[in-house]
Amino acid sequence: MNWIETLRAGAEAVRAHRMRSLLTMLGIVIGIASVILTVGFGQGAQQQVRDEIDALGSNLLIVSPGSATDSGGLRGGFGSATTLTLEDATAIADDTAAPDVRRVAPTTSSSVSLAAGETNWTTSLVGTTTSWADVRARTLTSGRFFTADEIASGAHVAVLGPDTASELFAVGSPVGRTVTVAGQQLTVIGVLDSSGASDSGSSEDDQAILPISTAKALTGATSGSVSTIYVEATSQETLSAAYQEVESLLATRHRVTAAEADFGISTQESLVETANSTNKTLTVLLTGIAAISLLVGGVGVMNIMLVSVTERIREIGLRKALGATPRVIGRQFLVEASMLGLVGGVVGLLVGVVGSWVLPPLIDQPITLSALAVGAALLTSLGLGVGFGVYPASRAARLTPIDALRSE
Amino acid sequence: MSTTPISPPIIAIEGIRKTYRTGSLEFEALCGIDTTIREGEYVAVVGPSGSGKSTLMNILGCLDNPTVGGYHLAGEDVSTMSEAQLAEVRNRRIGFVFQQFNLLAGLPAWRNVELPLVYAGLPRHERRDRAVAALERVGLGDRTENRPGELSGGQQQRVAVARALVTEPAMILADEPTGNLDSRSTADVLDLLDALHDAGRTIVLITHEKDVAARAGRNLVISDGRIVSDTPAVRAGAPA
Repeated sequence: MNWIETLRAGAEAVRAHRMRSLLTMLGIVIGIASVILTVGFGQGAQQQVRDEIDALGSNLLIVSPGSATDSGGLRGGFGSATTLTLEDATAIADDTAAPDVRRVAPTTSSSVSLAAGETNWTTSLVGTTTSWADVRARTLTSGRFFTADEIASGAHVAVLGPDTASELFAVGSPVGRTVTVAGQQLTVIGVLDSSGASDSGSSEDDQAILPISTAKALTGATSGSVSTIYVEATSQETLSAAYQEVESLLATRHRVTAAEADFGISTQESLVETANSTNKTLTVLLTGIAAISLLVGGVGVMNIMLVSVTERIREIGLRKALGATPRVIGRQFLVEASMLGLVGGVVGLLVGVVGSWVLPPLIDQPITLSALAVGAALLTSLGLGVGFGVYPASRAARLTPIDALRSE
Repeated sequence: MSTTPISPPIIAIEGIRKTYRTGSLEFEALCGIDTTIREGEYVAVVGPSGSGKSTLMNILGCLDNPTVGGYHLAGEDVSTMSEAQLAEVRNRRIGFVFQQFNLLAGLPAWRNVELPLVYAGLPRHERRDRAVAALERVGLGDRTENRPGELSGGQQQRVAVARALVTEPAMILADEPTGNLDSRSTADVLDLLDALHDAGRTIVLITHEKDVAARAGRNLVISDGRIVSDTPAVRAGAPA
């Protein structure tokens, strides 16, 4: 009996007990669908984080101040210190000190209320230098970015994020119009394009970018400290070299060793990893639960196959009397079990794919299906069928024809 | 032809014993059987239940190995074969007809008849042709697509006979083939076996009914695991 015959016989047996086969497959269907959806959910979440962090720019190092200890001995978190200065940024930008650094953008950040006519909007006010747009890989939809001259003169100009612009100016182009910050009038000279991060309402799209001198004057800051220095390496390959240059340069300037650094440097990769570590735990947990339901589905297949062997004991006896070897009988039942598994897997896959279209709008989470997960799911369902079919199949194969024929 | 002594032996068994063991209890179902059945013979194995005729039929049908003794089927020593080898011998050499018909309810008649050919590894179109031809031979050429549930008991048993014939086996082994049939269907099936015998087939019939046994050319009477009589019965109308 060749494989095609065996497959045909298996399909016939599965079809002969349609209801039972469907119920048996249900376990596998649910298992595979939930594995596909949870893995897809996890990958979707990771992709979302990656998109957001990629939207920061490319080959980026993010330097933030370290922890500060106040007079009462209370230590703040990272970023609480004011140890980074504009001079640090200038030093990093120096080609001889840090040859692998292409551009540097120091930023200050504070929350302010902007007003335009009758409308007002609270957003984050970012003071920075001309290289910010390049470092952060941002473009403008209209207008222009500010110039070095405007920084030097502390010109009252502002570039708005797209969300900020639409909140303040519902109709018409904002460029050339006026916003008021802390009693001072600023002219809008440009509007940023969306950052491209997957979710809308990202803070990257809701901010006002000002020349750093203007920002300091408006917020009344007197020190030369900055909140973040964005550093762009010359390429992906030089990112780690740039990291070390920035680290040693700042350590030297701050007269500390790398171990007791009063600043922190993160890469996009490290940000992705940190953000994903919680995602990962959740995904592993959910996938584990889904895998257990798959296992239960597999046990269901075994249970039904054992019932099937008992129920068809006379058929097995007859087939053996007519010349089926134990091997052929074993193979027939194994193929049947594998078909239950595989068909269940395919249906589960379809359910998963449909779910990945239907669910994201409902739960507001993206679901990414990967070819790997799909392939693994199909292989797993086939493997479950085979694995849990072995025992029933060997029971069928071992039946002696006389015992099988004699049974009523 | 049918009982000519020069025809070669299909079945040659010597000193066959079969012992069943249940714990410390031993039961000898067959205690030394010797016989030879030649090609073209129509033999009825007769005996009351418990006489050992079912055990003998299992061994003749290569469904079971004897504990002791030799068995040559169509020249092959089958007494020491493995289960897989026996399966192949059953497929090639023996056509079974059972009391319970043993047809697969989900398959149409021709698919039931082709089953032995599936295990023989024949291609599908050839299987179909031969299955239909076998059904025509038992007078069911117009019932090839009917499932067993749509056929009468006698017709079902004829499908089973067609299945036994389809491989052109050395012997047809019928185990109480009329045990589940009414008298009309019984006559039907026995007439069919007569016709096959007349066409030169070797038939071994297991039965406990004397009038069924009387249709055969030779009666082997079994009692308590031994052959107690071997009568070359002469049947009316059959050549001596």
